[in-house]
Amino acid sequence: MIRFGAGWLGLCALVCLSFLSLFIGVIDLSPWDILRDTEAAKLLFISRFPRTAAVLITGASLAVAGMIMQMLVRNRFVEPMTAGTGQGAALGILLVTLFIPMASILTKMVIASAIALVSSIGFLAIVRRLPPTQPLLVPLVGLVYGGIIGAVVTFVAYQADLLQYIEVWINGEFSGVLQGRYELLWIAAVVAMLTYFVADQFAIIGLGRTASINLGLNYDQVVIIGLVALSVVTALTVVTVGMIPFVGLVVPNIISRFYGDNLRATLPLVAIFGAGLVLISDILGRILRYPFEIPVGTVFGVIGTVVFLWLLYARPGHAR
Amino acid sequence: MRDPVMPVRRLCGLAALLVLASVLFMTLGARGNWGFVLPFRATKLLALIVVAVAISTATILFQTITQNRILTPSIMGFDALYVLILTTAVYVLGGQAVARLSDQLVFVVNVVCLVLASLALFGTLLRQVRADLLRMILTGIVFGVLFRSLTGFMQRIIDPNEFAVIQVSSYARFNRVDTELLALSAGVTGLALMVVWRMRHRLDVLALGHDAAINLGEHPRRGQIEVLILIAILVSVSTALVGPVAFLGLLVVSLAHLVTPSARHAVLIPSAGLISALVLVGGQTTLERALALSTPLSVVVDLIGGIVFLLLLLKGSSR
Repeated sequence: MIRFGAGWLGLCALVCLSFLSLFIGVIDLSPWDILRDTEAAKLLFISRFPRTAAVLITGASLAVAGMIMQMLVRNRFVEPMTAGTGQGAALGILLVTLFIPMASILTKMVIASAIALVSSIGFLAIVRRLPPTQPLLVPLVGLVYGGIIGAVVTFVAYQADLLQYIEVWINGEFSGVLQGRYELLWIAAVVAMLTYFVADQFAIIGLGRTASINLGLNYDQVVIIGLVALSVVTALTVVTVGMIPFVGLVVPNIISRFYGDNLRATLPLVAIFGAGLVLISDILGRILRYPFEIPVGTVFGVIGTVVFLWLLYARPGHAR
Repeated sequence: MRDPVMPVRRLCGLAALLVLASVLFMTLGARGNWGFVLPFRATKLLALIVVAVAISTATILFQTITQNRILTPSIMGFDALYVLILTTAVYVLGGQAVARLSDQLVFVVNVVCLVLASLALFGTLLRQVRADLLRMILTGIVFGVLFRSLTGFMQRIIDPNEFAVIQVSSYARFNRVDTELLALSAGVTGLALMVVWRMRHRLDVLALGHDAAINLGEHPRRGQIEVLILIAILVSVSTALVGPVAFLGLLVVSLAHLVTPSARHAVLIPSAGLISALVLVGGQTTLERALALSTPLSVVVDLIGGIVFLLLLLKGSSR
């Protein structure tokens, strides 16, 4: 049971990293302080704990969302943040800000999720019409499609003089996470966990429409469930911390290369690995330019691409 | 075999439209002293045209050596590499040192670096075109992300004052063209275009693919390397003048294939160049003068270019 071992090992590493993350920051904080000092405990619960939780949830749920999208589209090289879903969520936030400036965070979240869902459906509709013989078209179309929605966002923001405002959601980072500002992410965590109950169905969807219907699956229903799940996760991430690209692409690819596509077994690994990689990036972002911070997306962009290139070349021909 | 006739009329039509757009660009909404307005706008016009032709030609060349109509140098991260090299220079030497050097020197060194770097990276990648096209393209896209992330990373680390040195070339902007470099880059582009024009028949052969090219007496590997050098030079010119542009190349080359359907580079290169210049000059005139919008042209080009690309793809005419 290598798989099982890897899971437990990953979980242990994740716990150690989280512990480390709690005690890294501009204000000095050591484990002993909490017992002696009430101020230190306050700091821990207002800032450090929320931040660590936000990083873990974001990493895990984005990786899971990426895996689901790859199954739905049947292509290894797409992920929600670059293929229109993330941009759709940003467009939703922008529209809410323009037309209902007084809207509560919940309204914002619902509208962002709805528009993210619409743009994911659009992407799926376009991908369905592409010739199946050219798998490399799909990621390119995703990039262009995401670019179009991104350009709409920039255009509207530019005309309304909201460019700086929207920047917060376009470049995701965790430095703004405090108690009371991130709790929506728990919904994303719950949604990501719920997808585990449909893991087998997603794995079958990955075999294609004919095979799924042959196996007695309600194909359209599962596709809709998947789309809703990945849109909600992506939109919630964008609303609370901003866009973090590449997590949903790199992590599922790594796991699938080593352990295959039996989602019931691999989905927890995807979540653990995603949370771990994002947490490492966030910790590095905090340390490298201390006391300033480097956005997690930038650090992850460097680490993720290097890992991805290594995978692409180090183990050629395996599980591709 | 009969040689297909050059679509002279269509090319002339495009040229006439470009002249019209240029005249409008020069005169529309001009107030005050013509002696100031005309030379001022003429430099901007020239810069736009240089950039337009550089981008369209680089895209055609790249599509020729990869035998693929949906790739552009910017998707594969060429312009991101240019910005990365500039950022690295500022990071290593310090912004003051770089700012003190003349713009021309920085540009030339940057071009040389980009040529070497792209030969090292994409030269080895191109060998895989036949073996594993998918992996090559994926690597290119990932390289693009890596270059952008590394640039962002270094920009965070360097001093904000020094950051200003790079900022100009990190974002696409057509309304504030860097005119200091104009003479030099126009010269470089002209030279590169001459070489490309002399190569046009060899390019036709290279576009047929590795085996066909060898059969026809062409050395594909050498051809690829020469073309790669030309692409690196042209991309440097456009990035130095206006910054990275995402979908312009894709848009104009796709349009060129529609307007003048021909596989011959003698037709494609001028046609794409004219369309590209028309899009930039006409677009800038419409946005800035007619509609008085503040949105940068690059955003609009990305928007329209992206939509055109998707439509072409869905109609199945991209191949």
